[in-house]
Amino acid sequence: MTAVTAPPAAPTTAARPPEARRRSPLAWAREHLLLAVTVLIFVFMLLPNVIIFWMSFNQPQGKFDYVWHRFSLAAWQNPCANGEMCHSIGLSLRIGVVATIVATVLGTMIAFAMVRYRFKARSGINALLFLPMAAPEVVMGATLAALFFNTIGPGGLGFWTITIAHVMFCVSYVVVTVKSRLAGMDPTLERAAQDLYATPTQTFRYVTLPLVAPGIAAAALLAFALSIDDYIVTVFTAGNLETFPMYIWGSVQRAYPAQIDVIGSLMLIVTMAIIALSQVLGRARSARR
Amino acid sequence: MSSNDVLGRTEGGDLRLAGLTKRYGSFTAVDDLDLTVPQGSFFALLGASGCGKTTTLRMVSGLEEPTAGRIFLGDQDVTDRKPYRRPVNTVFQNYALFPHLDIYENVAFGLRRRGVKDVKKPVTDMLDLVELGHLAKRKPGQLSGGQQQRIALARALINQPQVLLLDEPLGALDLKLRRQMQIELKRIQLEVGLTFVHVTHDQEEAMTMADTIAVMNAGRIEQMGSPAELYENPSTTFVANFLGQSNLLTGTVEGVDGDVVTVTAHGQRLTLDAARCPVRSGAVILGVRPEKVHLARTGAEIPAGHNRLTGGTVVDTSFIGVSTQYLVTLATGEEVSVFEQNTGREIQRPGTEVVVHWDPSQGFGLEGGQDIEAGAADIEEDAA
Repeated sequence: MTAVTAPPAAPTTAARPPEARRRSPLAWAREHLLLAVTVLIFVFMLLPNVIIFWMSFNQPQGKFDYVWHRFSLAAWQNPCANGEMCHSIGLSLRIGVVATIVATVLGTMIAFAMVRYRFKARSGINALLFLPMAAPEVVMGATLAALFFNTIGPGGLGFWTITIAHVMFCVSYVVVTVKSRLAGMDPTLERAAQDLYATPTQTFRYVTLPLVAPGIAAAALLAFALSIDDYIVTVFTAGNLETFPMYIWGSVQRAYPAQIDVIGSLMLIVTMAIIALSQVLGRARSARR
Repeated sequence: MSSNDVLGRTEGGDLRLAGLTKRYGSFTAVDDLDLTVPQGSFFALLGASGCGKTTTLRMVSGLEEPTAGRIFLGDQDVTDRKPYRRPVNTVFQNYALFPHLDIYENVAFGLRRRGVKDVKKPVTDMLDLVELGHLAKRKPGQLSGGQQQRIALARALINQPQVLLLDEPLGALDLKLRRQMQIELKRIQLEVGLTFVHVTHDQEEAMTMADTIAVMNAGRIEQMGSPAELYENPSTTFVANFLGQSNLLTGTVEGVDGDVVTVTAHGQRLTLDAARCPVRSGAVILGVRPEKVHLARTGAEIPAGHNRLTGGTVVDTSFIGVSTQYLVTLATGEEVSVFEQNTGREIQRPGTEVVVHWDPSQGFGLEGGQDIEAGAADIEEDAA
């Protein structure tokens, strides 16, 4: 038997230092250090966005709008003043949507196969899936260019070669994201659904999919973000086409229209609006329950 | 309900397992099991972890395919039916409530999958049965363990399965809640009158709730019977040790005289009822439960006709309150446990020389040659 004697309570309270009433500057700094660091990190992360937003109200003047001239709504009133730019945005969006859909569907299916089944080439495929994430983008772009040159020829480069390249590197991220969600799912839940008369299709529809959906959605967003701002791989596979990142890079070489800042700000606003909307909807839904 | 036909439900029907076997590679989890669970009974499959009880349960639910053997519900062979085509539901060990659905939808899940249109009344009734109607709009994550357990039960019961399978349903609950739920489960079973097959490693839980207990060991059924039968007349050392505690003494049958079998064990002459001893000659194991054994100081008076083991020394005394538990070492090195009811008698200190004695009719005999430690180690592991 282990005879545990309760330690007397008095010494523990006595040992504790008395509440410091007189605050030394050091104590003040220690208490506010976290706040200060947090603010600094926020500034560090948000400052570029703020500058982009601010610069979007710059009066377009000549080619180079790097420096502040004066406040104007000109760029906002006419964001597509430069036809090429809006064309490149449209292209980037189309590539982004197609690549996201294909990569998400493929990646989700791969993730299910990797988590649910044990097959021969499983570990090999696992390693291959990491390759696009680990390989330097330049190498990947060059390799893809060589591949397309030698198969369909330089004339074939365009929308589909960019999309294929984007799907290739997006799939890896989708697989990793969906896999972690799937692996965290209790397998008993699907057994329980079957036990409660759900056919395999119904089990997937009513239990598996709703539970994995947040992972799939996160994977799709990630894929879209990766596709829309990819420059290096795209340059190698684009042929004569110019995506938005390529346009920006090119225009920085010769000119810097304020409209770039307008588009940048718009993307930021749309993203934040979507996040805010989903938060509001989520809160409203939980309030209804 | 037309959905009953889809599931092939039949009026009346025992659950019958015939030669049921499950092998994983070279490991046999369930070994040629034959078992009949009468309709409407509360049946417990009791055994240590890894004895094959959960595998048996999963084969009945259809979540595991048997290697050999058949499963019958009434006169229907359901062996090859998919889990979603069997009138059997399970309460899982970790409850497995759907985290994305609220309590109402969790309970309604089975009805909806079977195409039942009006689920409101049955779901409300079922939530009332488990006394959690007020939580219908909550998510499982917002419920306590005990509440989740009841919802898991409601979700299975609402389908009125022919057999309800319970896989260690109370394992995750604390002791007090477990006692409460044992009583609750028994009440619900009597109320709905369905067949409950309950898998557990907790012998007390099995004894409290079940009408019939099957003790499983290494993929086989060691013994089956009512709790009292198993406790009073275990047929193997495993059952004697797994269900409660037993003092087991190896000996030799000296002779049979009418209703009395005489045994020599550790150089002492002991007797037991012939009706409780399957052995008539040769090696025998004599068992007696600790609470049936009494202690007397050496030299004190002992009731006439009692079996006695002399030359004992008390080595450990634990006062529990309702009883005092002694460990006595005999001259031959054997240890005997004795539980003395707290009737105000003197407590024997360690070191006291004592005689251990009991009424011969309280002892039981087992086939000789068995490992007298079988089943005992598991209990110590659980207690640790």
